[in-house]
Amino acid sequence: MLLEGFGPQILLGTLVTLKLALWSLSIAILAGLLGASSKLSSNRLLRALATGYTTLIRSMPDLVIMLLLFFSLQMLLNRMTDWLGVSQLDIDPFLAGVVTLAFIYGAYFTETFRSAFQAVPAGQLEAARAYGMSRWNTFRKVLFPQMLRHALPGIGNNWQVLIKSTALVSIIGLTDVVKATQDAGKGSLQFFYFTLVGGLIYLAITTVSNGVLMWLERRYSVGVRTAAL
Amino acid sequence: MTGILGDYWQAYLWRDGPYFSGLAVTLWLLILAVLIGFLLAVPLSLARTSRNPLLRLPVWGYTYVFRGTPLYIQLLFFYTGVYSLQVIRSQDFLNAFFRDGFNCTVLAFGLNTCAYMTEIFAGAIRAVPHGEVEAARAFGMNRFTLYRRIVLPSALRQALPLFSNEVILMLHSTSVAFTATVPDLLKIARDVNSATYASFTAFGIAGVLYAGSAFFLIWLFRRGELRWLAYLKPRTH
Repeated sequence: MLLEGFGPQILLGTLVTLKLALWSLSIAILAGLLGASSKLSSNRLLRALATGYTTLIRSMPDLVIMLLLFFSLQMLLNRMTDWLGVSQLDIDPFLAGVVTLAFIYGAYFTETFRSAFQAVPAGQLEAARAYGMSRWNTFRKVLFPQMLRHALPGIGNNWQVLIKSTALVSIIGLTDVVKATQDAGKGSLQFFYFTLVGGLIYLAITTVSNGVLMWLERRYSVGVRTAAL
Repeated sequence: MTGILGDYWQAYLWRDGPYFSGLAVTLWLLILAVLIGFLLAVPLSLARTSRNPLLRLPVWGYTYVFRGTPLYIQLLFFYTGVYSLQVIRSQDFLNAFFRDGFNCTVLAFGLNTCAYMTEIFAGAIRAVPHGEVEAARAFGMNRFTLYRRIVLPSALRQALPLFSNEVILMLHSTSVAFTATVPDLLKIARDVNSATYASFTAFGIAGVLYAGSAFFLIWLFRRGELRWLAYLKPRTH
C-alpha cells in the first residue's frame, strides 16, 4: 500500500494541523483588530500596551514564546490545583497550541491592520459621517471593506507563516501531521519517504491557500483602477 | 532568577563545559546559514530572472518547495530522512556528514534562507529601472559588466531592507536547531528548565537574549542602510 497502513493516522494529523491553523488564524485576526484599534486609539495607556505587545512578541522566536507559555501555564495551573487540593490537570496540547499561536500572530496581525486602517483616506470616514451613518455602519460599510483590501497581502503573508509555524506545535506534544508522519517513519523505518509525505502535505496546503488568496485579492480590488504601463 | 543566572550564564552565552553552547552557537548557525544562503542566492536570483526557461524553472521549483514547507520539516528531512537511506550510509563521507546534527542543521538552514533570499534578490533585479540597463547597453557594456557594475550593485542595495528582515527571521528560525541535538540557546533554556523547573525564568532569559540579538542586528542593518542607501534619501536643503 502507498502509505503502509499509516494513511488514516496521517489524515487525522493533517486535519489536526488544519484545525489548529484555522482556529489560531481566527483568534489572531480578532486579537490583531483589537491590537490595531488600541494602537490607533487616543488613550495613551492602550497605545503603550499594544506597542509593548507587538515589540516584545515580534522580537522573539515563536518556539521560545510557545515553550515559555506552555510550561509556565502548566506550572501556574499545577500551583492552583495544588492549592485547591484537586488532582493535576494537564493542559491540552491543542488548546495550548491555539492559544500560543494566536497570541504570537495577533502581534503580526496588529501591525498589518494598523497600517491598513491608516491607508484608508480620512475623507471617506468624514463623508460617511456627513451622510449620517452611525459609527458601526461607518466601520462595517466604509472602513472595513477598504481596510481589508490593503490588509489582504499582509494577511496572506501572515497566514503562510502561521501555517508553517504549526509544524512546531508537535514539539509540545500535539499529534499533528509532523508527529503522524514521524511516527509512521519510526513504525516502518522509512523516515525519508514519510518526511517527504509530510512536506508534500504542507506544500499542498500552501498551494491551495495561495490560490484562495489570489482570488480574494482580486475580489477585494474590484473597482480599483490601475495604470497600465 | 539570580541563582539561575549565576549558575548558567556561561552556558547561556557561550560555553557549557568543554563545548560551545547558547548564544554563541545560535549566532554561529545564523552566520553560516546567511553566508551560504547569500552566496548561493546571488547566482540563483540571476537564473530566476533569466529569460531561459531551463534556468528559470528549476530555480522557481526550488524556491517554491523550500518556501512552501516548514523549516522544521526540512530539518527533519535532512537529519532523520536522508540519514536513514542506505545509499548515504554506505559512503564514508556522506555518512560522516549526515550523522552530525550540526551539519544537517546548517544545510537545512542555508538552503531554506537561500530560497527566500533568491526571491528577494530576483524581485530587486526586476525592479532595476530599465533606463539604467538601456544606458549601460548604450555605453557598450557586455552582459557580464552590465550585471557586475549596474544591475547587481543597484539590486543588492535595494534589497537591503527585505534582506535584513530575512536575517532576523532566520535568527528566530535557528531556535529549531535543538531538535537536531545542536546545543543552541533554546537547548540550554530547555536544560535549565528541566534542571530547575523555573520555566518562566529559563525561557525568559533565552527570549531576552534572542530579542537583544534581534535589536542589535536591526541597529546594524539600519546603519548599513544609511550608508549604502544614502543616495535614495530625500534631498534637503
